[in-house]
Amino acid sequence: MKLIKIDQQNWNTGIEKAKSAYRVFGPVKEKNDYEFKVLGTNEMPDLNFRNTRLSPKSIIYPQSQVMFTYSIDETKDDCRIMKEVENVTSPMAIIGVRPCDALSFPIVRRNFDTPEYQDTYWIKAYEATTFVGLACNSACDTCFCTSAGTGPFGEKGLDVLIIKDGDDFYTKIITPKGEAFAESAGWGKKEQTDITAKIKELKTAAEASVSSTVSTDKLKNKTILDLYDAPFWEEEAFACINCGTCTYVCPTCWCFDVQDETHGKSGIRMRNWDSCMFPLFTHHASGHNPRNNKHERVRQRFMHKLKYYVDKYDSGIQCVGCGRCIRLCPVNIDIRKICDKMNNFDTESCKCEATSS
Amino acid sequence: MQNPYLPYPVRIDEIITETEDKSLKTFKFVFLNASDEDKFTYESGQFGELSIAGLGEIPIGIASSPVEKGFIKFTVFKTGKVTSYLHAMKEGDIMGVRGPLGHPFPWETLEGKNIVIIGGGFAFTTLRSSIISILDPANRSKFKDIHVIYGARAPGMLLYKEELAEWAQRDDINMNITVDGTDDPDWKYLTGFVPTITEQKAPPGNDDTYAIICGPPIMIKFTQPVLDNLGYSHDNIIMSLENRMKCGIGICGRCNIGKEFVCKDGPVFTLSQLNNMPKEY
Repeated sequence: MKLIKIDQQNWNTGIEKAKSAYRVFGPVKEKNDYEFKVLGTNEMPDLNFRNTRLSPKSIIYPQSQVMFTYSIDETKDDCRIMKEVENVTSPMAIIGVRPCDALSFPIVRRNFDTPEYQDTYWIKAYEATTFVGLACNSACDTCFCTSAGTGPFGEKGLDVLIIKDGDDFYTKIITPKGEAFAESAGWGKKEQTDITAKIKELKTAAEASVSSTVSTDKLKNKTILDLYDAPFWEEEAFACINCGTCTYVCPTCWCFDVQDETHGKSGIRMRNWDSCMFPLFTHHASGHNPRNNKHERVRQRFMHKLKYYVDKYDSGIQCVGCGRCIRLCPVNIDIRKICDKMNNFDTESCKCEATSS
Repeated sequence: MQNPYLPYPVRIDEIITETEDKSLKTFKFVFLNASDEDKFTYESGQFGELSIAGLGEIPIGIASSPVEKGFIKFTVFKTGKVTSYLHAMKEGDIMGVRGPLGHPFPWETLEGKNIVIIGGGFAFTTLRSSIISILDPANRSKFKDIHVIYGARAPGMLLYKEELAEWAQRDDINMNITVDGTDDPDWKYLTGFVPTITEQKAPPGNDDTYAIICGPPIMIKFTQPVLDNLGYSHDNIIMSLENRMKCGIGICGRCNIGKEFVCKDGPVFTLSQLNNMPKEY
């Protein structure tokens, strides 16, 4: 790993240079929030943000994505035969990915890139992308990254980590992809400098600013059915309006729907982000719905992130502690509270209470 | 990298109306590219996604058997948008199939064993595939006694009537065909619900006997206690589930029951496995 120091001017010229080799994405202020956008000529990533409204999930996995095209023109030979859309992704670089959001990509990869099936759309976009992270010097009230597998200076999922100190950019080159990006930004020949002590100081301060945590240590020891049958789900779901906001803003929510759309004689098969909060998500053609009730859908979301994923991959929870679902939930459902409830749920004591009452 | 969402183009070679109410039709598909048939190498119990451009995809169990070459068959109940459209399609029409998907019945475990096949209503498609495979001369000696209990509401609602009649004539398979009720004087098989017939006709459970059950929830609900009484261990009761699906390959996230996806980890599960899973199906 290489550590270099870049000043404001070198940063600006570097980003500009990199645009000749990459489509460069970065945070841009839009109304009151920050969003990731493709940066045009002379447009710099605006790094004065706490975190973006949405994670950069959609750059790799668009909210709506064309998978195939088809014709329903009976006079054509390829009538009703699905044709693959061109799926060649040119190199992309995302500047300013927060460490929490960076961790979401390796988490989500376990779903899209499996030994049996490879989701070609996700994998090609992921492989074409260089993740240039931005360390958080101070956390938001809703951040709990340090207990969700990363931290404000976390490097998992990143190719480069930038640590901003005043006008200086301390740059950690983590992977060969990161190396290639630094090269194209003209930072490759920069001398390695000893800024380790300074970074450590900033990191300690940043970690200390993370004020909330979740406990996840006991999730694995309980059975799926113990947690599924726990008595708190209806109460926790009571206020939920199944709006789906939590799933759309979540960097690790990956579910999608597939729909065909025909205009005239031609059409597309596309996939769209979907949400386990919606009754139609699991509605059978027969009318039967295995998750017909609101609390069953809320339970699904939390069980998936905090138990099913934990059991399936043995790689921690399917949550990075970004806090978006907490900040944006219209009825203040808080994953930290539910995670702690699940983690601390005592099957035995509950059984006793139920029997005695 | 192979795109797992791309269907193989197929032509509808034959359409057979199976039931008197015309709600079930069997579609025989031939691959437009002969090499796709080799890629679609399957075992009984697996399913495919039938794809109609402009309508969407539906997960349907494979009704043909791997011993039947040159085509694949699916029996489809008319119920939603895609199936209704499919029922109106004609022989010669072009559509798509993806698969094979999911796990088949556990054929290696079943070798050398007695098998009781219990089916109800239109959930007899992958069971038909299984019976054809088992009865194939190359395979029959791999299994011990084969019992089949198959029921429908009425004689006209049974699937694969000609094949049922043929199998009933054979001495290497014990067929118990039943209907809930009928006033047909020519009806020569059984009358009674599947759980009742199972109680009367199924062999007792032991380590060497496996039951495969596919049917409507109500049939399964009442058949399970019967098998318990007959001494079947829950490891020896094999079921095939359905849930709403899109991708069919464990990625789109909707058909899960606990941490298992019905599409990729199922659709075949033992009752022992299901006992430890939420009842979200």
